[in-house]
Parts: sequence; C-alpha cells; structure tokens
Amino acid sequence: MAGSQSVVGVDVGGTFTDVFFLNEEDGTCAVAKVPSTLEDQSIGIRAGIAEQMPKLGEVSLIVHGTTVATNALLERKGARAGIITTAGFRDLIEMRRRDRPETWGLWGMFEPVVPRDLRLEVDERVLADGSVHTALDADEVRAAAALLLERGAQSVAIFFMNSYANDANERAAAAAVRDIWPNAHVTASSEILPEIREFERLSTATLNAYLQPHVGDYLERLEGGLRGDGFGGEVLMVQSNGGVMSVDEARAVPVRTALSGPAAGVIAGAHIGISAGYPNLITCDMGGTSFDVSLINDGISTLAAQTAVDFGMVVRTPMIEINTIGAGGGSIAWVDGGGLLQIGPESAGSNPGPVCYGLGNLRPTVTDANLVLGRINGERPIGGKLDRLDGDAAKAAIEAEVGAALGLGVMEAAEAIIRVTNSKMAGAIRLVSVERGHDPAKFVAMPFGGGGALHTGALIKDIGLAKALVPRFPGVTSAMGCVIADMRFDRVHTLNALLADLDIAALEAEIATTTQDGSERLAAANVSFNHTESEIELDMLYVGQTHTVPVRVERGGLSRGQILSAFEDAYRAAFGRLLDGIETRVLNLRVAVIGRRPKFDLSLLAPTEDASMEESRVESREVWIDGGWQQADIYRRLDLPIGSNVPGPALLEQPDTTIFIDPDLEGSVDNFGNLVIARKEQS
Amino acid sequence: MAPSNMTKTKTEPGRLDPVLLAVLKGRLEQIADEMDATLFRSAFNPIIAEAHDASHGLYHKDTGETLIQGKSGLPIFVGAMSFAVKMVIDTIEKDGLTLQDGDVFIFNDPYEGGTHLSDFKLVRPFFRKDELFCFMASVGHWHDVGGAVPGNYNPAATECYQEGMLIPPVRLFRAGVLNPDIVAILQANSRQPVSLYGDLNGQISALDLGQKRLGELLDEYSAELVLEALVQLKARAAKLMTGHIEALPDGTYSAEDWLDNDGIVDAPLKVALDIIVEGGAMTLDFSRTSEACAGPVNIARSTAIASCYVALKHIFRDVPANSGVLEPIRFVIPNGSLLSVSRPKPVGGYTETILRVIDVMFVAISKVVPEMSNGCAYGTINALSLAGYRENGARWVMFSFFGGGHGGHPLGDGLNHGNAPISTATIPPLEILEAAYPVRFTQWALRSDSGGPGRHRGGLGAVYEIELLEKEADVFLFGERGRYAPPGVAGGGMGALNRFTYPDANGEDATPPMASKMVDIALSRGQRVRIEAPGGGGYGDAKTREPARIAEDVRLGYVSVQAAADDYHCVVSAAGVLDAAATKKLRA
Repeated sequence: MAGSQSVVGVDVGGTFTDVFFLNEEDGTCAVAKVPSTLEDQSIGIRAGIAEQMPKLGEVSLIVHGTTVATNALLERKGARAGIITTAGFRDLIEMRRRDRPETWGLWGMFEPVVPRDLRLEVDERVLADGSVHTALDADEVRAAAALLLERGAQSVAIFFMNSYANDANERAAAAAVRDIWPNAHVTASSEILPEIREFERLSTATLNAYLQPHVGDYLERLEGGLRGDGFGGEVLMVQSNGGVMSVDEARAVPVRTALSGPAAGVIAGAHIGISAGYPNLITCDMGGTSFDVSLINDGISTLAAQTAVDFGMVVRTPMIEINTIGAGGGSIAWVDGGGLLQIGPESAGSNPGPVCYGLGNLRPTVTDANLVLGRINGERPIGGKLDRLDGDAAKAAIEAEVGAALGLGVMEAAEAIIRVTNSKMAGAIRLVSVERGHDPAKFVAMPFGGGGALHTGALIKDIGLAKALVPRFPGVTSAMGCVIADMRFDRVHTLNALLADLDIAALEAEIATTTQDGSERLAAANVSFNHTESEIELDMLYVGQTHTVPVRVERGGLSRGQILSAFEDAYRAAFGRLLDGIETRVLNLRVAVIGRRPKFDLSLLAPTEDASMEESRVESREVWIDGGWQQADIYRRLDLPIGSNVPGPALLEQPDTTIFIDPDLEGSVDNFGNLVIARKEQS
Repeated sequence: MAPSNMTKTKTEPGRLDPVLLAVLKGRLEQIADEMDATLFRSAFNPIIAEAHDASHGLYHKDTGETLIQGKSGLPIFVGAMSFAVKMVIDTIEKDGLTLQDGDVFIFNDPYEGGTHLSDFKLVRPFFRKDELFCFMASVGHWHDVGGAVPGNYNPAATECYQEGMLIPPVRLFRAGVLNPDIVAILQANSRQPVSLYGDLNGQISALDLGQKRLGELLDEYSAELVLEALVQLKARAAKLMTGHIEALPDGTYSAEDWLDNDGIVDAPLKVALDIIVEGGAMTLDFSRTSEACAGPVNIARSTAIASCYVALKHIFRDVPANSGVLEPIRFVIPNGSLLSVSRPKPVGGYTETILRVIDVMFVAISKVVPEMSNGCAYGTINALSLAGYRENGARWVMFSFFGGGHGGHPLGDGLNHGNAPISTATIPPLEILEAAYPVRFTQWALRSDSGGPGRHRGGLGAVYEIELLEKEADVFLFGERGRYAPPGVAGGGMGALNRFTYPDANGEDATPPMASKMVDIALSRGQRVRIEAPGGGGYGDAKTREPARIAEDVRLGYVSVQAAADDYHCVVSAAGVLDAAATKKLRA
C-alpha cells in the first residue's frame, strides 16, 4: 500500500455524485461527476472514484457526505424499529410535545415511525433527583425484547423517564436486550443524549434505531465494495455538525448524519472563504427544489441544538444551522387569489422539471424565467442531461400562468418571477444574518450548487451584502468539503445544579474524562491531524427559566465567579439586561473534541498561466435586465486568467453552473480562481 | 457606508409593486417573530417559555388595528391585542396624557383589552421623527396574578376581584425611565413574584428589540413606504376574505353548542351562532346565546370577536393575519350576553368559552361547505393547578394546560393529542416539570375510544395521571366538555367526554359534582389525580370508513372491539382481524 496518499471526498446528490480527489503527496487535485445511483448510492460512489483512481490501493482516506439518512427519514423508509419504555409512557413518541404542524388550519396528521404494537412498557421508574423509585427487572426487559423480535423488529430504542439524571435502569435494560438481540441495532437514549427533555431524547433515540439497519447496511455495502476494489484505507462520514466520524460511530449513531450532505458544503464554503480573505460569509446552495443558507461568522459555523426533519421528527444533536426554503430552479411560479405572485413551495423538481425540459410540466418555474430572460443558454444546458431547452414553451407558460393574471407582458412577468424569487432568498438570508444582528455589509455571499450564481448579484444588492464569492468549482463544493472537514466528537450531559452548589472539582474531572474519551476516539480513526482541541460550553439560566444561554468556558482553573461572569456576558448579549438577585443554574455540560485536519492549498485550483481573457470570451447575447434588452458578453469561466476583470452585464458559463453579473456589478478572478463579484464603484 | 443606501428600491412612495410589498411584509413579520422569540427564550414561567402563551405585534396609531403579528405567538391574541391597544389610545385621550418616546403602558384589564387577568399587556408608542408612527405591544400569560386560586383559573369566582389583581393602563416607563413602584405593587400581589419579575423583563426586552428593528427598517426604506405597505396588506386580506365569502351561497347557517356550567350554578349555557351570508358580506349573529352567567365563563365582546377571527383564519388559511380579515364581517353580540360582559363579571375561564365559539363556527360552516370544515377539536384546556409548600416552607405552584384530539377532516383522521385551536402552545417537558415541582407523572397515554367516529376518525385525546411526592397540596381544575362532547361534522360522531378523577376524603375515586370544574381538592403524598381528555369529533359517516382501517385501529388499541361494532358496524376480533362477512351483514 506504499504511496497511498490520496484523499477522496464524495457527495451524493439527487442527480449527480460528485467526487473530489486530493493527492496529499504532490498537492494535485481532480474532480469527477457521475450519475447518482439512488437505489444503492455506493455503486455510483465506486464508479465516480474509479474515474480518476482506478487503483483504490492508492487511496488512503475516503470521506463521505451522505443523504442516505435524510432520505430514509423524509421518505419514511427506515427499519421496523421497536421501543422499550417506562410503564405509562409508550405513547409519548406519538403524543409529541402536544403540537400541530401549522398555526392556521387544523388538518394536521402524524404517523410515528414506530407503530403502537412495537412500543412496549416495563415496570421501572427513576425520579428527577436521580433516585430509583422502581427497580428494573431484567427478565421483564428480555421478555419485551423477545416479543419485539417476534413482531419483526429489526432494531430497538430503550427510553426511560429521567434517565438523564440516572442512567442505571436504562443501562441495565440495554445490557439485558443486547444479551438476546441478534444484531447491534440497540440504542439507549442516555447513551446518545443524556439530556433533560423526554420527547426530544426519545425522538432522537427512536430515529436512531429507525436508521441503524438502513444506514448500517449501506455502510456495509460501501465499505465491502471499496475493499473488494482494493481499498485499504479509512472511510469517514460527515456528521450534521460538519465534523467527520468513523464508520463505526456512524453505524452506532446514524442519526448524527441527518444533515450530512448540506453540512459538507458549508465546511468547504468556510475554507474557501477564509483562504480568500473572507471569513464572514453566507453560503447559498441552490438546487432544484430548495435553497439552503448558512452563516459563517469569523470562519465559524453556527450550530443549532436540534432540528425537526419533518413534523414531529425531532433530532436533538448539534447541527450546522442551515435555513432551507422551497425556492429552487424547479419551484413553480403562480398567482394567488389575492393577486400576489408566489414562488413555490411546489416544485417540478428535476423530473418532469421546468417547462423548458419538455418532459410534461406546463407550469412555469424559476429556471423557465431565467431562460426567457436570456440568463441561461438554452443550447448548452448544464449537467448534460438534455440537448437543448425549449424557450418557446417556457415563454408560453409564463404568459398564460403569470403574465395574464398580473396584466404583464411575458418579459415583465419573467422578470417579476425572478424578483420574487430573489426576495424569498433574501428573506432566508436575512433570517440567518440581519435578524440575528449581523451587519450584512460585513458578509459576502457564496453561491454554489447549480443555480445560485444566477441570483447572487440581486441578493447582494437587496440585502446590502459586501460582495459575492463564486468558488471555482461550485458544483463540487460539497465533495471538497468532505476532504477538508475536521473530525469531531460531541458529548452533552445534564448537570442541573445551582451554580452555588456546583461541584467545580467534579465538573473539571468530568470535562477531563470526556475530553480524554473524545481524544481516544479521534486517535483510533487512524487519520492525520494538525492538532486537536476541545470546546467546552455550559447551558445556563436563571433559576425559574426553562431556556438556556450557551456559555463558553475554558478548561482548567474554573471558578464560580468566572462562570457567573461568563454567563452574565452571554445573557446581556442575548437580552440586553440582567436580572438582579436571582440565582443561576447550570443545566448541561457540552464538550466537543475536534481533530483539525490538514487543509489543502486552494491555489492549486487556480487557472493556469496560459489562460487569456480574450480567448475565454466566446460570444455575446441579449439579456433582459430591468425592463429592457441589453447586450451581455459571454465568457468561458474556467478559461479566465487570474486578475481578469469582467464588467457586467456578463454571463460566465462553465459545465456545472452559469454566473450572471448585473450591469452595475463586475467580477474579478482572484489568486485561487474564485470569482469575486462587487459593485462597480467599489473596486 | 451603511448598507441602507444600497438597498433603496426604485419604486415611488405610494405605489408599491407586489414584490416590494412581499419583501416588506416579510421584514415586518420577522420583527414580530423576533420579539416573540426574545420573550420565549427569556421568560420564567413555562406557560410563556414552553407553551408560548404570548404575542407581539404592531398596531395602528389611531385605531389600534392589528398591522402585523408574529407567527409564533398565541393566535387568539391576534384579534384581542387590537382592542388592548385601543384601550390605551382611549386612556390617553380620556386623561389628556402627552405621549413621550420611551413611554410603556402596562395593564391587564380584560374587558376593553380582551382575554383574562393573567394576560399582562405592555404597549409602547413608536415615534418616528417626533411623530407617532404606530404602537408596539407585548402580551404574556403570567404565572400568578393574585386572587383566590394559584394560577388564577378560579371556577368559583363571581367577580373579577376574586380572580386576581386588575391593573388599568398605567405608565410603567415614562420617557424611558422605569417606575419601580409599579413593579413593587405587581410583585406584592403575586404568589410567584420572581417569575413575574422575569417575565416582565422578558417583555421589556422584546419591546426594546422591536423598537430597534423597526427603526432600522424605517431607516432602510421610508416611513411612508412602510405605512403604505401596511395599508395595502390590510386591503389584500380584506379582498381575499371577501372573495371567500362571495364564493359561499347566500343563506343562513346555524349551529349551537353548550358549556357544562359556569362553576357556580350547575346549568348548561348555550353558545348559538347564525352565519348569514349575503353576497360578499358575512354576519356572525350570536343573539340566541345564553345571558351572562354568575361564574367565570363569560367573555368580553372584544374576546368574542377575537375568537371569530381565529376560526375564520383556520377555515380560510390563505388570508394574511391582519385586521383586514374582519373587514367584510359584521357582528351581532347583544350586550349582557355570555359573549359580551363588562366589569365586574368574572372572565377567568375565557379559554373554554372561546373554544366553544370556534366550535360553532366550524359546525355552522360545515353546513354549507363541509369540505372546508372539520370535526371539532377537544374543546377544553383543562387548566390544572397543583399548589403547596415545600418542607422548607417555599411556595410552589404547578400550573399547566393539557391537550386532546383534533377533529377528523377532509384529508384524513384528526391529529392525536394536539394543542388547542386558540394556541400554538407546546406542553412543557415532563422531565422539566418533575425537576421543578414535587410530582411524578404515572401515565401519559393516548385514550382509546376517545376519537369521534367518522369516515375520518377524530384524533385521540389523552390520559394524564399525576402523583404527589410532597406531603400535601391543593388541586384546582378548570375544564369543560364534561357533559357536552366535541361534535363531529358532515355526519361524523362526537369525541369522548372530558373526565377528571381525584381521591375524595376517604381516598375513593371521585369525579367533580360540576363535571369539569373543582376547587380545593386536598391531595396527600402518594395520591393521584387523573385527566382523561376528549378526542376530536369525526368527519363523515362512520359506517363508510374502510373496514380494513377499523381493523387496524382495533389491532393498535385506538378503537375497542365494542366501539368498532357499535359505532362503525364492523366486526373485528381483539387481535384486529376483520370478519368481512359479518361486517357486510351488519352494514347492510
């Protein structure tokens, strides 16, 4: 296996599987794009890797961002899972937190992933103070497990009330189940989330059990296939928090991969942005049906404590905060009863897709509007799936469905579709930026995915963002993110103690043990790190509150006074005022151990020296902008040399995307081959 | 260079294109949403922090009409808060007050201002260049505001004075300076002064944030443009609502329903509605409703109108949430009716009555457009207080609302265990309740046979059982639907009745003489109280429900073998196996 120095990142999307290759020895890189094989994603992955690296023995590390878990959850295609729980609580998973899907309208429906006959109760009870009220009978647990097996359960979640405060009963039950369970698919809630809030802990544990067989099989196929192809290195999976973990961890805690795919894109965005000198950025991933936005502040992504994958399907593990709205290229434009133009949430997706695909959809989409306005080249559609796009059909649909209802001509109607789409996207960006108190003038937008770069100019103007940074290869951004993602181990533990009563020595000891455990897991993965570090946070609140503020503390030499002042700083920043004379409580301890992976030099991707501005200019065509036609130059984006300056209006084409530069903007190519779009007067 | 200069639009003031309108609508809603989030995250009592019994918005400077409302607050406040702001406007006029930037009014008057004493409203004028631009308001349900019963759901009240302190609109801040005397008075009148202080501070933080955000928005666009957007948003809501009414055939559509009693006199109270549709106008006539009662299930006229607004928004979901919704609606609610009382009639149980108003709206609408309606939801919030003293003498009050089933609807079976139509509340985590109060939940389960039979079955209610871990406590319950079950529509059957069980003086299981309301139950260590909450009403004829689905309901224990036979005319074994031949015969 000598010379095995290549690292491979793989991102599987709905249409394409993207692969990014980095040779760590000589620093060269390459990309591959092959059709996704959605019935078994591992086939496409192996095909994609083989395109550039037929000898898998030369690959040392494969890092994978996956949507296997996401899709299994959204399409309800997980395993037949069971639940063993405290007497009196078998319906908790179905009763949720007593909510409903929509504020207005009472037509909600919810089907839990575990049906009632696979939810069994055992006699046991722990109280909130951690004392055991009713001891566990292991035989009763084994009988319940046997009944679940008889009823066809492939996996099981064990959830007991208050197990965050004392996990003795739950641990004993897990051990009893494991005695007789035929596979490794046993999840105890306190093993993956020893945190107060019963529904969130149960839901996370249950969804984990629901995913385990499915994700486990997939990983088996993937690893087995790769080994069969001669691969002798390590496979790592991207977690929803943007860190990577070993395949063994992913098998045990697949619920941590619920947002694996989009997280990888955000990681790459951060690295590209930092390298290019823009540590404050907003990544904008526009696909066929959705627009995913995430904010990176000073090079760091925001982590959310939990998310609902769908109504009632709560996953509580740290995740990169990604705000998704239903505005993609395939989103349908329509006029509502009040005469207001609406975009989405209905989408034509990629099949039948926009009207211009000619595959049967007759309702106009965002892509149709971009085509009619001349912003997309109908003769050279991206992705290579279709030979040409039908502009006349797109026009007819826009005229009939939007123009007629609004009393607008077809061009005005197409422009209105783009403006409303842009304003929806701007709203999504504002939600993660302006609304959280970030000054947009300090941020740059980073579009990737197929469609984002068509809309960026309008977004930076509408929101007041500084600039836009279009990576050199927007289509493989997520795969690149896999290659550079850090390895990460997260742990939360509920302490629920008054600060005044908190045993500081015990807290320090727990931090030390958890950090040690995390470091050992990182070391076991056989992956190179520049260094490892840990982040320690306390979730704190005033006594009487139920929501916490995160308080960052440093390891070693902790004191009560220091913790209190850190809390007060965090509280004042969040709410503008402190509450005098009220005690504070420490609810949870959160520890993250992070192995920083070596980053590669992005200038490797830069254009070669023989590129020339003149040769890259291919033609010009008319583009409809602000109510009239304007002549725009067309460039082959990848052929533009470093330092070249492209004034708008212009269109830059490359195999995986098209970039539109508005008339009042201009683009320049930086040393890494990124395109920086800014206002003309600024540069 | 501020970003604002780059974001100016080309549109002239007064002529807003639909795109800019959508953008401004989003920005304004985000302001209210962020105010909501600020209070939820910083509040002390779980009724706000977890159950989101609060609301924020912007209101018209002269009329108090709702301009913009947050999406995450309590829906009933969308209608009610405009009356609250109007009350402040009237007070300013009546008392000849001079408004200053930084003034904040505080009050909880439930008659002009809507809802009940537990809801404290903070109203703050927003000035733009020395001119009043609009009002901003924050309302939140406080944990305890004095009165005879901890948590303030006092089913035995005959005057508002027994329900809690009543504060008229007074200035908590003058020109940005806090009057600490008012805070001291409020705290002295509560069993939970620290919780009150925390919630009050959360509401002030929310108003501060709204002040800042709205200022930024007006800097970025202009006051004229934003005002014009607000006017147009209202017009748009009115136009959509009128369109919906025009689509209904002219005629009168009626429904009536009943409250168990008022907690004082054990006699049912009628809530009756005649919807009269004439062209694009709709009259909601409540003339046939009972007179005002002695106990606390009265509501003020403002509250009645607010609850109709909620029902209309549930039925016509695409109409934006602002005062335009009510423009084509006329109300007939006689003074002195159960639905239009004034001081000092008790109104503490307003939630029960407005749920009934919403129920009659669904039933009346189902008579003309069943495809837009649904079976009634469980129809009672079951306000339950457990209160006592810890061994160290500390006072504790656990106060919570419970859930139930939603009605069957055109798309399918009703949601099991949902929240009340008037709220978007979630229930606090039980582990947080158990950590905060000396109680243990011994059951938290779906209730079999509680969903109203129907082609689409009503959602299941729940069984909640709570055990006391401290030496002794007093228990208070304020519920409804103990005698009149949630109706189905379009031929669907009723959900199960509400049932409350507690140990009597001999420790035997007892149910309240007033069916759904009870005060001063003495509970001692190890004893339990139990709520069996109603399910939702059914949708469509139960005998047209697919037999296979009933068999599945029986197999999973949602419907009993007996109910399958009685309600659905389906013969199913206990294991859920359908006897097709016997069923065919029974259904013939």
